[in-house]
Amino acid sequence: MASSETNTSTLFPHRHLIGIDGLSQADITALLDLADGYVDQNRQIDKKNSVLRGRTQINLFFEASTRTQSSFELAGKRLGADVMNMSVSSSSIKKGETLIDTATTLNAMHPDLIVVRHGDSGAVELLSQKVSCSVLNAGDGSHEHPTQALLDALTIRRRKGRLEGLTVAICGDILHSRVARSNILLLNIMGARVRVIAPKTLLPIGVERLGVEVFNDMTEGLKDVDIVMMLRLQLERMHGSFVPSVREYFRYFGLDYEKLKVAKPDALIMHPGPMNRGVEIDSAVADDINRSVIREQVEMGVAVRMAALDALARNLPNQPMAGQEP
Amino acid sequence: MNRTAYINARLFDPANGLDETGSLLVEDGKIADRGAALFEGGVPQDLETVDCNGKLLTPGLIDMRVFTGEPGTEYRETLGSASQSAAAGGVTTIIVMPNTDPVIDDVALVDFVERRARDTAIVNVHPMGALTRGCAGEQMTEIGLLKDAGAVAFTDGDRPLSNPLVMRRALSYATFFDALIVQHAEDLDLAAGGVMNEGELASRLGLAGSPSAAETIMIERDLRLVELTGARYHVAQVSCKASVDVIRRAKQNGLAVTCGVSAPHLTLNENDVASYRSFMKLSPPLRHEDDRLAVVEGVADGTIDVIVSGHDPQDPETKRLPFAQAAFGAVGLETLLPATLSLVHGGTLSLERAIEALTHGPASLLGLNSGRLDKGAPADMTLIDMHVPWILDPEDLKSKSKNTPYDERRLQGRTIRTIVRGKEVHPFKGT
Repeated sequence: MASSETNTSTLFPHRHLIGIDGLSQADITALLDLADGYVDQNRQIDKKNSVLRGRTQINLFFEASTRTQSSFELAGKRLGADVMNMSVSSSSIKKGETLIDTATTLNAMHPDLIVVRHGDSGAVELLSQKVSCSVLNAGDGSHEHPTQALLDALTIRRRKGRLEGLTVAICGDILHSRVARSNILLLNIMGARVRVIAPKTLLPIGVERLGVEVFNDMTEGLKDVDIVMMLRLQLERMHGSFVPSVREYFRYFGLDYEKLKVAKPDALIMHPGPMNRGVEIDSAVADDINRSVIREQVEMGVAVRMAALDALARNLPNQPMAGQEP
Repeated sequence: MNRTAYINARLFDPANGLDETGSLLVEDGKIADRGAALFEGGVPQDLETVDCNGKLLTPGLIDMRVFTGEPGTEYRETLGSASQSAAAGGVTTIIVMPNTDPVIDDVALVDFVERRARDTAIVNVHPMGALTRGCAGEQMTEIGLLKDAGAVAFTDGDRPLSNPLVMRRALSYATFFDALIVQHAEDLDLAAGGVMNEGELASRLGLAGSPSAAETIMIERDLRLVELTGARYHVAQVSCKASVDVIRRAKQNGLAVTCGVSAPHLTLNENDVASYRSFMKLSPPLRHEDDRLAVVEGVADGTIDVIVSGHDPQDPETKRLPFAQAAFGAVGLETLLPATLSLVHGGTLSLERAIEALTHGPASLLGLNSGRLDKGAPADMTLIDMHVPWILDPEDLKSKSKNTPYDERRLQGRTIRTIVRGKEVHPFKGT
């Protein structure tokens, strides 16, 4: 790669976006600033630019996803990239092709950016070691989902003007949530105060050492918070293994107006989606146009993903690599 | 008569309390004589002589927890390749685990392992028999017949015997044959599919954690059954402080309980998993640093009787996977000694306890006549350079599989020569 005219942009000095872990405050601010511009662009009639013209982006999804995959697809297309979606069903895994086989196969097609979602923690990092392009993590197991944390941060920053000094409560299935991990990391880096609220069976062991205050009671944990982030509770986890029933969960941990009373009057309500209405969040709260920013999060998602793709592409080589056929 | 003199050696044998510079005479595969005064007047002309240059000559190391792929998965390891790996690591006797394919749960299969070992292995090989048929945890095997055929102990290998009734009956029945029952202590329900030690790091990595309590609870349950039955019971590998404490108390109460620990658990901790290094995925998992310190102390004070490699060869395809899907296990025959010596160099373990846990400790548990430099004992010996520094290159490993957690590590001390029944098998000179 020595011969390539490497863009020395220091906007975002990373080859991949695997997680929030490892990013600095400056890195995050740079991405959010860039994303702000894309929010405006996305509200124009002409939503496209050409910063990724000629680039190939592959969305490689080992887990089914509608929102994240379409968000990344739209982001790439609005930047002018050729976007290919690959949903690797469990059938091809049954045929014996491993993650690394898939990675090396795709790598041979010279993509510039690969967006990966995988059900196993660490799988995206493993894949990134086997390819020569930039890799974006669209969620790996219970580990990280960095663009979700970034879009949440952008949503908050645009509404509140800042992240520093805010108190954010993350509620629900922290144990299995990559969204929670990425958000805890990002909010700590940006100087927010983070609380987690969940029954003990849905909290990871040692969570108190991740830079959060731990609550088991919603009415204590939500007191005076600026932001309430609800997490999705997978239905299969609600029948006795982690919590005994949906109705008991909603009674103690579902977000409704009663529990919300103790939060700040202008507290924002967020949810990464898809929601289980009546399980972790009351339908009326979710749709409250004064408090809920859930739809706005989706809008910010496209802008943040455009920013991430743009920032990583600036570090890609701009000429054929030495020793390679053009 | 085949006679060899090992002169100018530091004879080191914890079982005999021996640590002196002297010579040792091997005749027809047995130790004929030893001592400081031997060959004081010079070595007779007709003897083959090996000058040990003051290096450590110990009883050959005995590793009582080795997994191979023979029969069934020979691409991972054969008895022959495991024995080459053992010889390179100074190990003169390996005890191979029964959970192969098929499982060693029948006299004919014990015979098979012994025949294959006799034909292809360059170190002593003894099988452990399965404790239950197919290692399925339901029906006892023919412990008496298997023992007569040569099985030195009984275990379901890397699977715990979970059913307490089956365990009670197996322990009870085994007393008639004075058979040693070896347990992989893990409550599978509580471990809940955990892939590394439960704790802050697993939470950060988003990996399912297995609590150390899953190990300790199983040991505590079994100790109740040992009290009921009076059987000889051995925990294959302890990995955490609570388990060491429980076994220490049981020993103080006079129970016939013993335990082992693997060299990786003595020298590595959960932080070595770092960014999803699947070569660090072991069962039991690498634990917290406090646990590591506790198992080292356990070896030092004699609570832990043996150090094993836990040698478990895995081919790259089962390791080059996302951490949760990757296979458990690491090769270890060639790093057993240097890893253990790192504790000696670090001052946390005496050389005497280290070598005892690698020689006489396992020999006495398994009823082997090796593990000591006694006159008349088999001439199984290891000549060790305590201090030579080296860096481990996985490609140099004799094992068919290269899944070592010590790749590229700086190590200090290694085997110079390995002697099995009087014959030098390392440096390996062909059969």
